This record gives sequence, structure tokens and C-alpha cells, in this order.
Amino acid sequence: MDFELNEDQRILQKSARDFLKKECPKDLVRNLADTDPGHSTELWQKIAALGWMGLLVPENYDGIGWSFVEQAVLLEEMGYALCPAPFISTTILGAQTLLMSGNEDQKRGILPNIVAGDLILTMALTESDGGCEPSALNLMAVREGDKWVLNGIKLFVPDALTADYILCVARTGDNSSPEKGLTIFLVKTKTKGVNIAPLKTISKDKQYEINFNNVCLKPENIIGPVAGAWPAINAIINMAGLARAAETVGVMRAVLEMTVAYAKERVQFGRPIGSFQAIQHYLADMWVDILGARSLVMKAAWKLATGRPSDKATGMAKIMVGKAGRKTTTTGHRIFGAISFTMEHDLHLYHRRSLANDPTLGNSDFHYEQIAAGLEL
Amino acid sequence: MNLDFTREELDFRQEVEEFTRRELPPNWDNQIVFWPGGYGTIPIFETEFQEVAKEFSLKLSGKGWARLAWPEKYGGEASVMKAAIVGNVLSYNRAPAGGVASSIVAPSLILVASEELKKEFLPKIADGRAGFWLAYSEPNAGSDLAALKTTAVEDGDDYIINGQKIWSSGAHVTEYAWALVRTDPDAPAHKSATLIIIPNNASGVTIKPIVNICDIHSFNEVFFDDVRVPKKYVVGEVNQGFYNVMLALQFERLTIGSGSFRRVLDELIQYARENVRNGRPLSENNQVRRALVDMAIEIEIFENFYWQSVCMLEKGKVPEIEASALKLVFTELSVKLANTAVDILGPYGLLDKDSTRAPFGGRVGIGYLDSISGPIGAGTSEIQKSILATRGLGLPRQ
Repeated sequence: MDFELNEDQRILQKSARDFLKKECPKDLVRNLADTDPGHSTELWQKIAALGWMGLLVPENYDGIGWSFVEQAVLLEEMGYALCPAPFISTTILGAQTLLMSGNEDQKRGILPNIVAGDLILTMALTESDGGCEPSALNLMAVREGDKWVLNGIKLFVPDALTADYILCVARTGDNSSPEKGLTIFLVKTKTKGVNIAPLKTISKDKQYEINFNNVCLKPENIIGPVAGAWPAINAIINMAGLARAAETVGVMRAVLEMTVAYAKERVQFGRPIGSFQAIQHYLADMWVDILGARSLVMKAAWKLATGRPSDKATGMAKIMVGKAGRKTTTTGHRIFGAISFTMEHDLHLYHRRSLANDPTLGNSDFHYEQIAAGLEL
Repeated sequence: MNLDFTREELDFRQEVEEFTRRELPPNWDNQIVFWPGGYGTIPIFETEFQEVAKEFSLKLSGKGWARLAWPEKYGGEASVMKAAIVGNVLSYNRAPAGGVASSIVAPSLILVASEELKKEFLPKIADGRAGFWLAYSEPNAGSDLAALKTTAVEDGDDYIINGQKIWSSGAHVTEYAWALVRTDPDAPAHKSATLIIIPNNASGVTIKPIVNICDIHSFNEVFFDDVRVPKKYVVGEVNQGFYNVMLALQFERLTIGSGSFRRVLDELIQYARENVRNGRPLSENNQVRRALVDMAIEIEIFENFYWQSVCMLEKGKVPEIEASALKLVFTELSVKLANTAVDILGPYGLLDKDSTRAPFGGRVGIGYLDSISGPIGAGTSEIQKSILATRGLGLPRQ
């Protein structure tokens, strides 16, 4: 048994940290937060050049073929830097879905372009009830001759405006149970009838509403089995949820670092506030939460990496980190005091990111039920 | 990163599991509480379980499993991992095993004591003939251990010891005190104390019972009146006591009944499936499901911390900060688990050990009370947080 990262993983960690420190400064994060689509093409290309988009993609599709452990290491650094990029959307929601369910032509056609940084993907999953349980997914795709026609509204679709392709989960029949009858369609964002509108969020992440209005697709746009996509969708929700959790661990680490530094500097009553036990114990709690959060994320990542059953582990990471991320940033505000209640101060950027990562891609209901089932409750 | 046990470790676990099931007396589990993370219901500290405990320890020693973590030179296998597996399995089964002697005293002796002391005590500890209690706390030296007042004054080849210790778990059922005493009243606190072994049967040692909140006699107050102890019983160097106690702490943190948490979770899940309230199984009640999932998550974190510390020790590293985090997490978890159990059981959670209607033989009610002790004993949660903040995060001391 060994909890430590190996040499390659440590090198990846360090190089990602160094790169992001230089290429993803806070003013870039700030400036992009208020734009649509909210990321920098230049930064995206540099990331692609480092091979990050292909980290999880096998070598025969031009990727590196590493595992989710390395992906989690990388995501923690991206979270630490608040890196604004459609990275999880593209590498997990997009590339992993294709890898899991796509046919050879689809994989060959798209994956190398993702790796090269030329294509951005996302997935349209959630609808009006806000969840991602099978019963919540009801956008209809109807077969008309040799075409499929999609009609309906998807909500909370991440990075849709910048995406080249959207993987849209639609219901194609077989209503014997909610899990059945779901199919994934690969939709070019520019297809006629696809209308994208931003959802303005307090978390300032890039989420959109998509109205599919008589969108006509060919059978070759179907990824995976018709009316049999739920197992893949479920796996993707877990992977993407874990990816978000990994990112939040980085956010938490950054918040702890900046708050500790402030507590050592800030003097009240003639001494640094970090010498007061009330403050020390807050910070100790934050630290223990981070260690716990990381341990859950890495365990789930390792289970995914080694092909073990992992739904329970990813759910545990997503639930715990979601709560701990918010708690950590909130405690950060307490320690920084009024200055952190301003737009000028950086802390809100971290708080917003930890918030953005919590209720999306498997909210806590979804994961609680999944774990409860795993515990045979 | 590899979070699997090896084939060999899994086989070993299986062997320990079979041994434990075979050797524990029938009906054992109904007699004892052993709440995870509490200090007041540990059966080896109770008089009435001594016979079973000694017999079980002897069988354990026969297997060589009481000294797995010790170096080969002293009859061990130098495997913290195997020792942790034994501890994990035994505590899942709430077996009467472990204790201060094999888990704290022996490794500390091996690290700092004279060869003479090692020769005298290690064999006795290995086969359970020498039990120890930790004589650290005093009435006015709890969290502020440096304020301890028990003195040891040189007299020829002996020390004369005077003072009082308190919260002395198991002093009444063991043979020796592992005592921290002041040897230099003029030196700065951290260079003024010495670790010394005091036989319970020495003249001038008086042990008085204290009954804990669970109505169990687990700890004591102990008085030393002109107790004469030979100098050879000094452990490590004179006036290095605080350092040596810290050294011992890293071992103590691993003797925490790591398996006992999951056992309670498993039992609560089973209880929720088998018991109906308001017309449906508790397991279908959303509050209950959530509460149990929350516990499963926290137990998972605790186990990650535990095995991570085991791996560090296995590699020869000292888990100092990790040990503090582990102590903090498992005792706070003890409280949460007790509260969750009481919430799920409702009025049944209040039933005492002797009630025939009490689920789990009253373990939950007594355990709830016992869980109060976890965050207080062996360095309070607040002390652990201060250690994490100052030594771990580098925040200024007051």
C-alpha cells in the first residue's frame, strides 16, 4: 500500500503548478470571468501543447494514455490556479464519452482534434428539474425516416457557447423504466435549430440554456447504443463529478495558503491574528478538511484508474468536497474579514469556483442515493 | 499510488479474522461496549474482563502478533502494516487486546531505553505478563502537561517519587506505570521531566478507583508517597521525558481501534434495514439514509488517514502532524457516530446495558456517553488543532 504520488506524477504536478503560475495569473481569471465564453483561446492552445487534453486519451488517438490519478493531480493544480478553461467539459464529458461509447470512426474523427486543442466539447444533460437522474432526462428525439429530430430544452450546460460539439442526452423510446430509452447524440453547435443562451450565475461559471428546436440529425450522430446510454452517462457523471471535486481541492488549498499568510501578517490587539486560538482552530479545521477531501478524491481516482468499482468512492468525494469547499472558503472570509466581502479582493473568485463545482454534475441527492444503494440501504 | 493490500496481507487478515472468531468467548460481544474512539469502555481496562483479556493476549502472543511492529532483533517482524491489520481486525471484533504495553511502551523502549531495560521488559510485554498504564496527567497538568508536579529526587541508586497522577486508565489492572516525573525543578519545563517505570506494587503507591460517566471503573487516581524506584528504570535520558513522550505519541495514535467504527456502521445499516418506523423500514427514511451515508464518508476519511499513517511508519517516516489530524478526526467521529446512532434508534438509544429491550446490548446509549471522552483524552481536540496550526501551518504561538 502506498499513498504517495510517483515520480512522473510529481513532475506533472510541479510543471502544471509552474506553468499555471506564469500563464494563468489572477488578473486573467478576473478578466475572463465577466466575458462570454469565458476562456482564453491562447491559454487553451498552450494547455493543448502541454498534452493536457490528451492525458486520458490513449496513444492511438494521439493522447498520452495516463490515468485518472494523473488527471486528478492536474485538476487540483488547475483549481488552485482557478484556471478558466472548458477542460472538464472537453476531456471528461466529451472525450471520455466518446472513448466509452463512440465507434471507431467517431473516435478517430474527434479525439485527435481534442488532443490538439482544435475541438471543444460539452454535454447537455440536465433539464428543468435540475437533477441528472434518468427520470429527469426527457428531451425527445423522434425518428423521422432516416433522421432523428430533437426537440426540447437543456439547462445548466457548461461551456456550451465555446463548444464545437454538444453531446445531447435524449429520450428515444422504450419507456419501460427511466434508465432505458436514453441515447446520446453528437450535435454540432452550429446545427440549425440549436439556440444557446447564457444562464447568468453567481458562481460566474459558464452555464447555458440550450433550446433544441427541430434539430435534425443523422444516425451517424448517435454515440453508443440507441436507447441504452444510461450506463455510460452514469459513468460520465461520476467521472466529471470527481473531476470537479479534484479541482475544488486545489481551490481549498489556495484559500488555506492565502488565509494562513494573512493570519500571520494581520495585526490586531498588537499581535498577528494567527496567534489567536480562535483563528488557529479555524485554520486547523480547514487543513484537516483539505487532507480528508484529497484522500477521498485520490482514492476514487485510483479506483477509476485501476478499473475497480468506483461509483461509491466518486460520490463520497463529490459530496464531501462540495460541502468542504464551501465551508473552507466561508471560513476564509471570516478570517479575512470585511476586505474579503469586496469584488476587489480575490477570495470571492475562489468561493465562486468552489460553489460552481458543488451542485452540478451529480448534485448531492444523486450521489447520496448512489452511495446509499452501495451500502445496501 | 497503490491503495490495495498485497495478497500476502489479505491472507494474513483472513488468518487473523479466523483466529479472532475462534478464540473469542461465545457471547463476548454482548458483555462489552467498546465504543469506537472512546476511552471509558475499553474492556482491557475493566477488572471483570481481565481473565478473558489475559487468556486472549496469551494466545495472541503465541502467534507472535503482539510484537509484529517490533524490530526482528527483539522478536518482531518490523511490520507496522501487519500490526495495524491485527489491530484493525481485533477492534472490528471488539476483542480484548492491545493496550499500552505492546503498542506504546515496547516501541518506545526499543527506540530509547537501555539494553538492560529492554531485556527485562520486552519479553514480559510480549507474552502479556507486564501491563502498563500511562502516568502523564495530574490534577493540575492536563492539557498543560508541562505543569506536572510529581517529583523524582535522586537518592543513591534510586529515585524517590512523590506526587499524584489522575485519569490513569487501567492502573488497577496492570503492573507498571509509564510515568512522566519532574527531575529538574529549575530547568525550563520541556527539559525538566524524565520518563521512568514505576512498579505498581512498590511501597507507597496507592491506586484509588474513579468511576467514569458510563458507570465503569476504567480509570483511577494514583498517589506516590516516597516511592523508591531504581535509577535503571529511567527510560532514555534524564530530563528528556517530554521528548520521549512525544516519540511515544506516534505509536499511540495507531492504537485506536481502527476497525471499531466500521463495525458500528455495519450494525446501524443492518438495524435500519430490519426495523420499521412509521410503517416502513428505517432504511427507506431519507434522513436515516443521509445520516448513514455521511457516517460512511467520514469513516472512509478516517480510514484513509489511518492507513496513510501506517504507510508512513512502515517507510520509517514519523507521522507527527498526521498523527494529530488522525487523533482529532477519530475522536470527533466517535461523537458524530454516537449522535447518529442515538438519532436513528430514537428512544431505544437511551436504553442501558441491562435492559432486555436495548438494541446492541445497550452499546449505543453507553457509547454515546463514552464518546464524550474521545475529544478530551490523550490530548484534547483543541490541543490537536493548536498543534496542527503552530507546528503544521507555522502560525505564531501565543
